[in-house]
Amino acid sequence: MSSNRIMTVSRAISEAIAQEMRTDPKVFVMGEDIGKYGGIFGTTTGLLAEFGEERVRDTPISETGFIGAGVGAAMSGMRPIVELMFVDFFGVCMDSIYNLAAKNIYFSGGNYKVPMVIMTATGGGYSDAGQHSQTLHATFAHLPGLKVVAPSNAYDAKGMMISAIRDDSPVVFMFHKGLQGLAWMASPEAAATELPEEAYTIPFGKANIVRAGKDVTIVTLSMMVHRSLEAAAALEKEGIDAEVIDLRTLVPLDRKTVIRSVAKTGRLVVVDEDYKSFGLTAEILASVVEDDPAHLKAAPQRLAVPDVPIPYSRPMERFVLPNAETIAAAVRATLGKVREAA
Amino acid sequence: MPTKPQLVWMYEMMEKARYYEDTMAAAYMEGKTPKFDIGAGPLPGEMHLAAGQEPCAAGVCVHLKKEDTVTATHRPHHVAIAKGVDLKKMTAEIYGKESGLAGGRGGHMHLLDPEVNFSCSGIIAQGTAPAVGAGLAAKLNGSDAVAVSYLGEGAANQGGFHEAMNLAALWTLPVIFVIEDNAWGISVPKSKSTAVPDNSVRAAGYGIPGFHVADNNTLELFKVAGEAIARARRGEGPTLIEVETYRYYGHFQGDPELYRPKDEVAKLKAKDPIRRLREALIADGTVTQAEADEALAKVKTEVDEAFAFAKAATYPAPEEALERVFA
Repeated sequence: MSSNRIMTVSRAISEAIAQEMRTDPKVFVMGEDIGKYGGIFGTTTGLLAEFGEERVRDTPISETGFIGAGVGAAMSGMRPIVELMFVDFFGVCMDSIYNLAAKNIYFSGGNYKVPMVIMTATGGGYSDAGQHSQTLHATFAHLPGLKVVAPSNAYDAKGMMISAIRDDSPVVFMFHKGLQGLAWMASPEAAATELPEEAYTIPFGKANIVRAGKDVTIVTLSMMVHRSLEAAAALEKEGIDAEVIDLRTLVPLDRKTVIRSVAKTGRLVVVDEDYKSFGLTAEILASVVEDDPAHLKAAPQRLAVPDVPIPYSRPMERFVLPNAETIAAAVRATLGKVREAA
Repeated sequence: MPTKPQLVWMYEMMEKARYYEDTMAAAYMEGKTPKFDIGAGPLPGEMHLAAGQEPCAAGVCVHLKKEDTVTATHRPHHVAIAKGVDLKKMTAEIYGKESGLAGGRGGHMHLLDPEVNFSCSGIIAQGTAPAVGAGLAAKLNGSDAVAVSYLGEGAANQGGFHEAMNLAALWTLPVIFVIEDNAWGISVPKSKSTAVPDNSVRAAGYGIPGFHVADNNTLELFKVAGEAIARARRGEGPTLIEVETYRYYGHFQGDPELYRPKDEVAKLKAKDPIRRLREALIADGTVTQAEADEALAKVKTEVDEAFAFAKAATYPAPEEALERVFA
């Protein structure tokens, strides 16, 4: 079925939504600038022209209102996709997300379904400062009742968006701005991939080993998959063979794949673009150690934003975000601290 | 004018809701005397009762069908009863029992029933936007279903309510916002919280009709709500209604109510809306005294049976807590 179409993440997301809208009349999209503009980050490109204003619905700047309305529509049998333009904006509408969308399945003992997708842009690296550059993975993953997913490339983005739309629970679909393949923002070449024409799904809770290796396990997701792969390529020249795991989804979290890999390599580096404390990096470490502390032959390393707001100025932002060099250094550190097995 | 079946329905529903709340008030105190402990007894947690607010439920829900959606507040029992939520399952849920609506996961402030499209919430004004979503779903599906969102007068100052009104008006959705103005946001009187004495004027800000129903008048609300719901079904968009209603109990059971004039409740009870309706129905010959008494006896039996069912029901297995997080 391969058609050799190389597509960007933003096109992959738009195509996934369009295909589901064609086959399921219950699917519709709401958000700010998702109509004529096609989504500030290109997630709804071409949808208005094909489906019209009823199903591709530009909203006022009223996130509490339209995300709450998404919940009401989902509980009424629709499958809404709502876009929160920047994840940073969750502050004005979190009640609709964590106290409403996330809880009504439980509050109804499973009698209500809440099949909605909240898609939202994450990530920095382009000097947009502290209210437009966060990833906030853990903020959402911490709250029971939300599935939280963050693809790293176009192939995954299409399959995961289709899975999200078909899911009967609320899914927070976090796409990284720097992976979208926008004309006005640099994107890693590998984020755009060959994209099958047909609709397909990628199951949640299944991590992807994007590079097999035997010396160290790097666990990450979203943009940091690309930074980790760059690091792994550099380390290969030094004779270090790194395994890179793209988690793809935070909730559900594929602990098994991580544990299996660390059991093999004995060394663990976790890389996240979110804040460090109380976040994904700690969760992954805890999962490995809870399973068996003997998996680790050396102290693990974690790389994340060091608990400061994302700074604006380029040298400072570069300093706080993990990159290929800092990841490679962390790998060397964990290899340099080898403890003898008992 | 309401038909005789509509009048009888409203009377019965109000008596049922009143008897339900009075029964709940008594049952709630079990295990909480002599020292009041909110976590003690078979009915732990906060308990917000709606005695006095029955017209808001009956006067609106009498016009609704099963397909219509209602979102109610943290003080939800009267509306749940009027929307037709199963009384036994609802009571079992409030008792935290396995046979409750959600198997005991939600409780008194979280009664959700897809059978009759009813939900409520512990966060004020939270139901306003989901009602917009239900109205939008009806519009997209080409159905004539409507959505009614209840909120208190205190919730009328939440931003989310105003976002929801704008969306409903902007998209001409079949949504009716019903403000139950019981005069008190816990301890804060409306005059200290709200810049306008009558919230119905706020409808003008969204270009939609707004109505004020004075003095807990069931028949006046019947008329105003009936017209609003008919407009919504015809695709003519939302309406805002504020009902001046009464709160006989405290904000929650156990509320010392030190903020409230001592004679206020007695004054309100002197013009009790259920008695007013009953007397009017008997006076104009709609029902005889015997028929009214019979109706009252019938609803009391129904409520007593629901409480007996709930008390006798079993608690969920503790590990059931881990189920039903996702669909």
